Parts: sequence; structure tokens; C-alpha cells
Amino acid sequence: MPVSPRPPVINIYQPESEIRHPLRLLCQMGQDLLASRELAWRLMVRDISAQYRQSLLGLLWAFIPPIITALGLVVAKNSGVVNIGPTDLPYPVYVVFSMALWQTFVEALNGPLVAVTQAKPMLAKVNFPREALILAKLGEVGVNFAIKLGLILLLFLWFRIAVTWAVVLAPVALIHLVLLGTAIGLFLAPLGILYGDVSRGLTLAVAPWLLLTPVIYPVPTQGWFGWVVNLNPVTPLLVTTRELATHGVVSNPAGFWIASSLTLVALGLAWLLYRLAMPFLIERISA
Amino acid sequence: MATRSGTPPTPDAEPLVKVTGVSKKFCRDLKKSLWYGVQDIGSELVGRPPQASLRQDEFWAVRDISFELHRGQCLGLIGHNGAGKTTLLKMLNGLIKPDRGRIEMRGRVGALIALGTGFNPVLTGRENIYVNASILGISKREIDARMEEIIDFAEIEDFIDAPVQSYSSGMTVRLGFAVASRLNPDILIIDEVLAVGDIAFKIKCYNEIYRLVKHSAVILVSHSMAQIARISSHCLVMDHGKKAMMTDNVAQGIDCYNQMAPSMTMTQMGDGRATLDKMLIATGQGEKVTLDLRRERPAQVAVRYRDRLTLAVAIRVDPGVRYIRPQFSFLDIEQRFVAQLTPPRPIQNRPGRLIITATVDQISLNQGTYSLGCAFYEASGSSEIVLVAFRDMVSLKVSYAGYLGAAPIQLLGSWRIK
Repeated sequence: MPVSPRPPVINIYQPESEIRHPLRLLCQMGQDLLASRELAWRLMVRDISAQYRQSLLGLLWAFIPPIITALGLVVAKNSGVVNIGPTDLPYPVYVVFSMALWQTFVEALNGPLVAVTQAKPMLAKVNFPREALILAKLGEVGVNFAIKLGLILLLFLWFRIAVTWAVVLAPVALIHLVLLGTAIGLFLAPLGILYGDVSRGLTLAVAPWLLLTPVIYPVPTQGWFGWVVNLNPVTPLLVTTRELATHGVVSNPAGFWIASSLTLVALGLAWLLYRLAMPFLIERISA
Repeated sequence: MATRSGTPPTPDAEPLVKVTGVSKKFCRDLKKSLWYGVQDIGSELVGRPPQASLRQDEFWAVRDISFELHRGQCLGLIGHNGAGKTTLLKMLNGLIKPDRGRIEMRGRVGALIALGTGFNPVLTGRENIYVNASILGISKREIDARMEEIIDFAEIEDFIDAPVQSYSSGMTVRLGFAVASRLNPDILIIDEVLAVGDIAFKIKCYNEIYRLVKHSAVILVSHSMAQIARISSHCLVMDHGKKAMMTDNVAQGIDCYNQMAPSMTMTQMGDGRATLDKMLIATGQGEKVTLDLRRERPAQVAVRYRDRLTLAVAIRVDPGVRYIRPQFSFLDIEQRFVAQLTPPRPIQNRPGRLIITATVDQISLNQGTYSLGCAFYEASGSSEIVLVAFRDMVSLKVSYAGYLGAAPIQLLGSWRIK
């Protein structure tokens, strides 16, 4: 077979830190991101089809957890076991919708560490654009949310929830929510590959974090608790998504803009960390 | 610097692979290794050069390796386990960074390293082809165009739409190789992938590799010296991370590797009912070595292929043992058990010292270094208990000027051509 004449790609590997050539590094990051699209698609299709092929209930698994959580909470609220203030939506819709958003955030948060851990043998042996792992996980998060969206739509119809034109903006806020999870996950992934403590700590942190986010209760406005909840960067992103998707009135636009800009900056930095750390991680993991 | 053959066989002026003074350190201690990893990432982030000297518990896994490789050349990389071959390959492939030195790779790099990377056992062979190809950087279009070719090559027509978990290990590897060899790289890295599959498939793989070798610069790691001899144009012998020899005379390199047999320490085992104190090794060339087994220092003996080899031991066995069965074993450089010498019937024990002599009229081991051991069993009924055994007593170097065979045993035959 003749060797096709292509411009020679020159790869240079040396001990010097890549951050000393920021322009070259940024170019490579961009190139790799573009180059990883096809692989990311393949990996996503692989993981999703394998997941559903080995399951009897299949799609139902996306519906069951939010329904059970919502049922539990509705019963608890109606019987007066927990005291939750009035929500701007009927409570079952409020809980199912908010839980779906929260779960999507948590999936995005866990995504990078899970993806890299699963891909260890691949990472240790094949040089492929590392961004593909993250993109594939993001795709999976998106697909999972799309499935949950079906349930949410049914509930919206059942409870006759009025939706305004602002609903078209809801995905923008949702993307920021997912990106925030990804950014935090990416920050933790390098350390998490080296030390098992990170993934344990993450699991442990998610439960109290849920309680500090207005998912099963409305946004608190007073007291130290309200203050803590509003400092939580998930709060403005999640609440704005919910508001845009329903009555369309954004209660805290400033908070949203601050949180979303923070998200984008953090994502960039986390991506850089992920990339630069990768050769050192591969060196330390045995696959 | 690297030794280079007189004229590069292709018009490429620049070498495709240029490795200059590359070193890499590893850490023996896991806890420290992880912590050093965190430190190294920190240094990388602030743009500080990495720690050039060794920290506690670190050692050089690869040390000061340099070579150049042009299109059409194939470098055979040989050395014992832990010599640093795989680490060097990982640096060449850009998976890990060198701690010192510089690597320049010009062109598309392909690696036949982990066959079937990314296979998901639940998915079908066809689906996995796309995944695997995508990981290796082969586009869907290329795969679509060559799907039939891949399935044919892997010889799994009937199973292509069955889940990969129902495949035999041979089928999985065949499929992996079939995909990976669709690459058309400028630089090809091969690590021990031909150690698998049946002989017919191995031959197909060889032919495929020959095809790739012609158009690319190849780095081949293998423990099979025959493979190295057949494919390589150059040879780099590594020993504890360092270069032991770099040559374009591959036979010479293989010889260097064979001589680097890991330093042996004789070990004794058994239940104490027999003592072995002396051993004599004699060759047809008149060489004679007497080994004092109480001092337990191994000896080295050189023998030529087809030479006579005599092994004699002096042994005392507890009178309670009625029959003994001696066995001499020959292990190759990878500690594989390649040949044994055992009498057809057990030997009756006698009080006092027993001299047992075995003669092989024509030694038919392939060229290389072998480790000789012996074991004496109590032969009673079906069970055999080890009375006394020695490992790594003698390092036997078999030399042969002619054909370098691939198998450890080169049978003696007479040939007639009409």
C-alpha cells in the first residue's frame, strides 16, 4: 500500500512543563477536542447500548428513582412528618423535576472520575485524545436527562403546568448546571485516580449537598440557612433552570450570571489540569 | 549515539524517530509513588521543571537511551523483564513523559500493543470493531470501507454479530489484531502481540507486520529472539534501564542478550532425606566442570549444538527410600521449562553413596543460555516426593554457528534431497 503524502505530524516529548508554551498548549487542546468527537460518540454509544442490553427493565431505571423519591417526600409532606413550605409548583412536580436536575448535576459531577477509572487500561496503553472520555460521559448525562424529561413532560401535562416562552432558555441554564458538575468532577479526577479517598469523599458529600440545595424544599430567604443555600453555586443554576422551564420569572439573575461565569472559568482550568496531569497519572497507575 | 546502518533505505532525510538521552524514573514504594505523582503534577502546573534527581525509593527504569530510526528500519528492543522496554515504549507513544532527554516522533504513530482495547464484552464483534478502531484513531469511513477485510482477516464470519464475551480468547485477539493492523502508520510500535494465537494466524500476522514494516519505522519488543532476528534491522539490548548494546548486527545483539542471563543463585529444596554434594558436567569438547554443591555457587558451561553432554551426581539417600527417580531440567532464559532428562525406570537405592551418570549423545537445544537444575524423587507407587532438588545449578550456554531456530528444541534430523 503506498504511503499517502500527508504533512508530517511532529510530536516532541520532553520533561519540560507544557504550560511554558501556553499558545501551543491551547492549540493542542482545541485540536484534541475536535479530534475526539468521533471517539466520544463511539464510546457513548458503546456504554449506553451495553448498559441497556444487559438490563431487563431498561429505560424504566431512569424513571423509578425519581418516582420513588417523590412518592416518599409527598407522603412525608402530606402526613406532616416534614415541614416544607409552599412551592411555586405542585409539590410532586416540583420534587420530580428538581430531583431530575439534581441527579443530572451529580452524574456530571461523578462523570470524569468514573470515566477515567473505567478507561484506565485504555489510557495506559493507547494514546487517544483524552477529552473523548469526558465528552462521552457528557453525552451519557444528556441522554439520561432526555429520558427523564419524558416523565417530567407527562407530569407537566397531568398537573397542567403553564409554560412560558422562556422555556427555550432553560437548556442554556441546564447546560451551565451540567458544566459546573463536570468542572468540579474534572478538578477532582486527577487526585481521585491516585487516591481512593476522593471517590469516597465525593459519595459522602453528595447527600448533605442535596440538603443544602433547594431541591426538595423552596429557596429559603432568611436566616443563616438561607445564606448558606444561596452561597451554594448549584442553587442559582438549578433554580434558574427550574424557573425558566415553568413560570419564566428568574428570581436571581445576578446569582445566575456569577455562578455561570465561575463555572466557565473553572471548567477551563479543570480541563487544563486534567490534561497536564494525565501523563503523570498514567505513570502511577498500573493497568 | 545510535549506530546507524550505512545508508538509510529511504529518501527521508530526517529520522522518523529520534530519541536523545531519555531517562525515566519509577518508585518502588506505592504510597510514595502516589505522593510523588501529586508533586509532579504540581510542578507541571506551575511550570517548574521536574525533579531531575532521584527521590527516596526511586530508581531509573530507563536511563540515558538514545537512538534514531528511519523509514524501513526496524529496531528490535530486547532485555529481560524489568529492563525498561515497556516504559520506553510508553514514552515513545507519548503516554508518559520522560524525566530527562527528548523524543521526536515524525508522523502518525500506530501501536500494536493492547489488542482489543475498549472491547465491551456485551456488544457484538461488529460494534466493537468500530469502538476499537475509533480508539486507535481509525475513522468510521476507513472501517466501513474495510469491514469485510477485517472480518475475513480475523476469521470470525459466523460470530461477527455475536457478543464478544462468547468469543474464545484466540478469536478476541484475532479481531483485535485485524483492526489494529488496518492502521497505516509512519511509526509502528509493537509490544509482544505475536505471542498469541495459533500458528496459522501467527503467520498471517507476520506477513501483515512485514507489510507495515516496509513503509514505516518499527520498534518491536519481543521475547522471541527468532522474531527479533526475522524482522529487525537493528537491535537495542537493554539491561536494568540502560543500553547494553546498540547494533545493526542483530545476531550480535541477541548474543549479548543471551549472555545477560540473570545472575543465578542456586537454591536447594527437598525433605532432607537425601544429600547431593557433587556434580560433574562434561562436554564432548573435553570441558569438565566439577560443582561443589555444598558451597552452592553456580557454574557456567559452554557446549556446542550436537555436542555430547554428560551429567553426573554423587548422592546419598536415606535407606528408607527404596526407589529414586532423578530428573535434570533445562529452563530457558525466561524460566520456561523446555527440556528434561529422566531415566525410563526408577533407580533402586543402595546404602552409601550413589553415583548417577546421564549422557546425552547429541544436545539438541537451540542456541541460547539455559539454566540446569536437578531433582530426585522418591518413586513409590503413584506419588513422588522430592528428596532433594537444586535450581539454577549450572548456566549452560549452547552455541551454534548456523541457523538460529525459533523453538527451544531443534530436533536432529537427516535430510535427503533428490
